[in-house]
Amino acid sequence: MGLKILTEHINVPGIETLEVYRKHGGYKSVEKAVKTMTPEEVVEEVKTSGLRGRGGAGFPTGLKWSFLAKPEGVPRYLVCNADESEPGTFKDRWFMEHNPHALIEGMITSSYALGANTSYIYIRGELMFILRILEKAIAEAYAAGLLGKNILGSGYDLDLHVAPGGGAYICGEETALLESLEGKRGNPRNKPPFPAVKGLFACPTVVNNVETIASVPWIVNNTGAEYAKVGIGRSTGTKLISASGNINNPGVYEIELGVPVEEFIYSDQYCGGIWKGKSLKAVVPGGSSVPILPANLILKTVAGEDRLMTYESLADGGFVSGSMMGSGAFIVFDEDQCIVRNTWNYARFYHHESCGQCSPCREGTGWMEKVLHRIEYGHGHQRDIDLLVSVAKQIEGNTICPLGDAAAWPVAAAIRHFRDEFEWHIKHPQEATTPGAVYRGQLNSVTA
Amino acid sequence: MAETKNEVKFSDAAMADIQRYISHYPEDRQKSAILPILHIAQAESGGWVSPEVMDKVAEILNIQPIEVYEVATFYTMFNLKPVGKHVLEVCRTGPCCLRGADQLIDTLKQKLGVEEGGTSADGMFTLKPVECLASCGTGPMLQVREKFYENIENEEQVDAFLEMLRQSEVETPYHVAAYNKNSGK
Repeated sequence: MGLKILTEHINVPGIETLEVYRKHGGYKSVEKAVKTMTPEEVVEEVKTSGLRGRGGAGFPTGLKWSFLAKPEGVPRYLVCNADESEPGTFKDRWFMEHNPHALIEGMITSSYALGANTSYIYIRGELMFILRILEKAIAEAYAAGLLGKNILGSGYDLDLHVAPGGGAYICGEETALLESLEGKRGNPRNKPPFPAVKGLFACPTVVNNVETIASVPWIVNNTGAEYAKVGIGRSTGTKLISASGNINNPGVYEIELGVPVEEFIYSDQYCGGIWKGKSLKAVVPGGSSVPILPANLILKTVAGEDRLMTYESLADGGFVSGSMMGSGAFIVFDEDQCIVRNTWNYARFYHHESCGQCSPCREGTGWMEKVLHRIEYGHGHQRDIDLLVSVAKQIEGNTICPLGDAAAWPVAAAIRHFRDEFEWHIKHPQEATTPGAVYRGQLNSVTA
Repeated sequence: MAETKNEVKFSDAAMADIQRYISHYPEDRQKSAILPILHIAQAESGGWVSPEVMDKVAEILNIQPIEVYEVATFYTMFNLKPVGKHVLEVCRTGPCCLRGADQLIDTLKQKLGVEEGGTSADGMFTLKPVECLASCGTGPMLQVREKFYENIENEEQVDAFLEMLRQSEVETPYHVAAYNKNSGK
């Protein structure tokens, strides 16, 4: 099944307790880092590892850390983004629920590397039960001298707190998260200044995803060079994939980057194939924001090569024929799913979640939802398809934060690859609105 | 602040938890604790936050009431109107819909005799469709207070689930306060 960097011990009974976690090698990286390494050395190991942000953007973590400003006498903060809200993504929730100490260990080691003496885990408010699991684990870590003053006698101090959100997808965007953590509405900030210079409480701040931070202990224990050996090219290490939709085995899988998509969908080790003996229609490989791909293009690139589960391979072909790794939320559609309905559902999501700051996003997401609704419910016009393309284009790149892009991409991609399905809804409204009816025509998608 | 005394009161356990959250932030940054305090205030006030409850939160944090209103109206978890005893927060987003979330919402509407956002005539249930709850591998699913109920695939399960809730009491977060005591300090 490949190397398990994050989940080797996740099924051990009692692993959520400090005692069992330590029995399985837990907190070794804290000991190694605070006693035998300088903070700079830890940052170097993370740089060498090639670890990339696991929240969706895939930005190199070591590089992000090296941007952190270090003015004298100003506190620095590490904030863990546990606001997992991207539709299709549930890996962080699952991981924290089962192995909370692994995140806390990563927070301590990473905070040491960054010179932070107070760190926060910002978790979405809906996950209050996970907040309680984390708080319990944090209390255990304090009692064991792994948090608080003079950690393991090293002279390094760290306080770690968990902060709940209140139900807002936008707070997964790092500057909106910081606003929220300061007790305000989650309106993203203009950049620059970047959080590395002016973040939480106007102090230098690094914001990293749960999975990113949880990968740091292994890197510190085994060296960045060892981590970089796993995976392919610039996609190093392992990745948690949240697999959902019409498959036999939905769940979270840790894969070495580079597994072929076809193997991931059909192997019993992973998704176990399409449920109910049906066939594959499409996949959204990286969370609701990334382009949907029809079966032919998710399995093979336009050049006819096997598509792999890597940042590069999933993006091969750009937005013409490719998609993105995103947060690793792999959503699978069987032949009976309606692309128009799904696109309307996502458009409604983004309209609901737009913070309202930028007009293109606030208004545009509402227009897209409305137009898609009328197509889905049999009142569409032929011109609506081009109208959607035009609205999506005018949102993209014209907003403070990437939510606008995230709202525009799925609509544009659905029309790009499934235009005839939209046209069928418009030309045959009665048939299209019959319960259970699904378009089964030829896909006019890009092929080799 | 208002002339008349605010009559809203939270339990001692809730007030202790509120103080604990405030202590997590730098001294002049107590406003940062507003979201956890609103969650506590809502749990202590029958599942919603009235203007009086929000004013109380402002008083605790020593900030203007408007600062609480603007936050409470931004985040979808805070109910600004009275709700039923159990609020059913059903995921309505794409991945859950691939596995039958639309049908689950329709079934609940029909069984409770309500529209989306409505409260059943007996005051027992409020149906509140929500966006993705990070449980896509186990949809269709819904949340009631702090608990997830997953893989709700057929009518029999819905019936059993509603009956279970009818028989159950509302638990405030403080049934779990025992292990909060030592955390964070």
